[in-house]
Amino acid sequence: MKTEALKQALDKYKFDMAFGGARRDEEKSRAKERVFSLRTPEHRWDAKNQRPEPWRLFNTRKKKGESFRVFPLSNWTEQDVWDYIAIENIPVVPLYFAAPRPIVKRDGALIMKDDERMELKPGESVETMMVRFRTLGCYPLTGAVESSAANLDDVIAEMRGSRVSERQGRVIDQDSGASMEEKKQEGYF
Amino acid sequence: MTSPTQARRLPDEADLAQRSAPAALEDETFAGPAPDTGADPVSDGAVVDPQGAMQPLVSPAASLLRFITCGSVDDGKSTLIGRLLFETNSVFDDQMDALKRDSKKFGTTGEDLDFALLVDGLSAEREQGITIDVAYRYFSTGNRAFIIADTPGHEQYTRNMATGASQAELAVILVDARKGILPQTRRHSFITSLVGIKSVIVAINKMDLVDYSQERFEEIKRGYEAILPALGFTDVTFIPVSAKAGDNIVTHSPKTPWYRGETLLERLETVEPETFDAGAEPFRLPVQWVNRPNLDFRGFSGSIVGGKVTKGDAIVALPSGGRSRVKGVHGPDGEVDSAEAGEAVTVTLADEIDVSRGDVLVSEAAAAGVSRSFSGDLLWMANRPLIQGGRLILKIASAQTPATLTTLDAAIDIHSYEAKPADALSMNEIGRVTLTAERPVVALPYGENRDLGAFILIDPVSNETVALGVVRSIGEAEAAKTEGSAEPRTGLARVADLWLGEAARGDEKHRQAKIRARIAGSVLVGLLALIFQMPLLLVPVLAILDFVLRPFLAVAFGADRLPEEKRLDPTVVDSGGGI
Repeated sequence: MKTEALKQALDKYKFDMAFGGARRDEEKSRAKERVFSLRTPEHRWDAKNQRPEPWRLFNTRKKKGESFRVFPLSNWTEQDVWDYIAIENIPVVPLYFAAPRPIVKRDGALIMKDDERMELKPGESVETMMVRFRTLGCYPLTGAVESSAANLDDVIAEMRGSRVSERQGRVIDQDSGASMEEKKQEGYF
Repeated sequence: MTSPTQARRLPDEADLAQRSAPAALEDETFAGPAPDTGADPVSDGAVVDPQGAMQPLVSPAASLLRFITCGSVDDGKSTLIGRLLFETNSVFDDQMDALKRDSKKFGTTGEDLDFALLVDGLSAEREQGITIDVAYRYFSTGNRAFIIADTPGHEQYTRNMATGASQAELAVILVDARKGILPQTRRHSFITSLVGIKSVIVAINKMDLVDYSQERFEEIKRGYEAILPALGFTDVTFIPVSAKAGDNIVTHSPKTPWYRGETLLERLETVEPETFDAGAEPFRLPVQWVNRPNLDFRGFSGSIVGGKVTKGDAIVALPSGGRSRVKGVHGPDGEVDSAEAGEAVTVTLADEIDVSRGDVLVSEAAAAGVSRSFSGDLLWMANRPLIQGGRLILKIASAQTPATLTTLDAAIDIHSYEAKPADALSMNEIGRVTLTAERPVVALPYGENRDLGAFILIDPVSNETVALGVVRSIGEAEAAKTEGSAEPRTGLARVADLWLGEAARGDEKHRQAKIRARIAGSVLVGLLALIFQMPLLLVPVLAILDFVLRPFLAVAFGADRLPEEKRLDPTVVDSGGGI
């Protein structure tokens, strides 16, 4: 759904480039993403039509209608991002920190329900749990993780000891191994 | 893209405390460093942050090693990486679950976990059981952080392997113990050496399938040592491993008691890769962007690729040869006294000299390396062949210019590593070439400076990146000429230049044509004078005066100056393509 909105905005303003924060360590098909990722005029990602990027020499030439998704943080890891936030004291969204929140358990994911957008299915109920989000994506497809890390130090300490990957909360990734690849072909960031 | 894993080693503790100023204080106009904020951001930072408490979290001791794994198809590269990730606890539980699921579905290892599936992320790769694209993987141990480029073995994807190699400091070359050294092993070894890697680990894999035979290991080792003289590696380690069974990956295998050396991970954790001295003197800054937020500020932004720059330094702008002094150096947090290789800065100059994107600011002592032509080694990566006379776009550091492949001097045979004459290069072939650019470019031999010695070639029609290469030598005649023009011109030479007008910037042929045209013009004036019955004696005087003086009229009216568009990037296409 946010993919559609993004595509409409790119079409309307005819941007040559859109910058994103995707990193190669997030997911397997992202591990093969370019820093300058070429998209067709229809915003599709063609894995076979991507340019080699030796050294730091990026080929930024494109034809009319084509665009780039640019990922300057490609080689950062989740750890790097949090270290950088700590060093530079960058403000972050409170959802990244643990707090008691109204949660519905659905298909193994912890979905926050704090308004009427999401309807409960039979047998589901809302309970208050101490959770935080490691990743923020589409609602209601982004699950929280149980956590007590309420500040930066705790988040970094918790991540060091984590046994699950960052995108584990993303329902969208779990359909099949190549789920993200398909989403990217449709224009997903 | 520099990972903060590198960056965070740099600041010392005092530096970290200083940096506690909130990011919100930064200029939000996106115009780079705010030119007139002399104020120390810390002094007006109202937030006093307990950053002291944060410091231990940022592990300052961790160093970063970037390496590639390469070798022939089915030598087990992806399996090796999967094994390294697994053994260093870098595979998360949910990824492990996915791996178990996928191993049943696509696995090539029967009941066992297929570690290759941890890295082969594209569906085409899973279906074909091969790696197509470079996969970047990240893991760390207590001692070091690693970035692995898992590069394809298949010959068709050699270009991806070369890309991975260009960013690495070390190569792990896999050899299948059953098959020994294959053409791909030789090709990959050559590309590894082409991009300047000096440290190599030869992992002789699948030892389990040759009964952990020491004889087989020694035989392959001798075979590889035989090709070493052509490669220029200075640090080579041979390790017998089995990626599938985990032998000598992290712990010493009891099955190879005859091997006393380090395990693969031990070697990776301790190796100090020998790379040539990147970022060495003298100062060099390829200009990425002319930063002009307002009329009073004109700064030149980019990352320093060599040496150090300090306020007051004398510099030369290449290729124009204009000279000036550094008025100011601006870093991410405002003005600084100096900056060195690796830092991104904006430099202002004392004089208004001509500097555009793609030009290079260098210290006065280094004003060389400007030429329209240079020779180099390249890897051709397109489906169609590369032939002599081919028109391409050259990108080197931040400069982009149309260029012609003037001569294809030789193709390099990957079996013998010998240079042989060739009419064309086909995909994945390596050639020795001479390129001539439409405008002078600033280049250096790759061994002297990585950033000014590496280039790519782009197809002007399809916009594909069709070659990557390294500079071997710079066209000398041109270098001398441009250096000459950087010297102050004598009075007489300057008058001659004015008289010649724009032809002064052309070559000898251009200048002679100009003179001939002017002689013809003056003869015409003489003829006209004859027709209007001027005394015969005065006619040649008039013609000569016309010949000598008329060009200066153009100077007087300013008609000799070149239009501004000369500086436009000729590679920009209508669609707004070149950026």
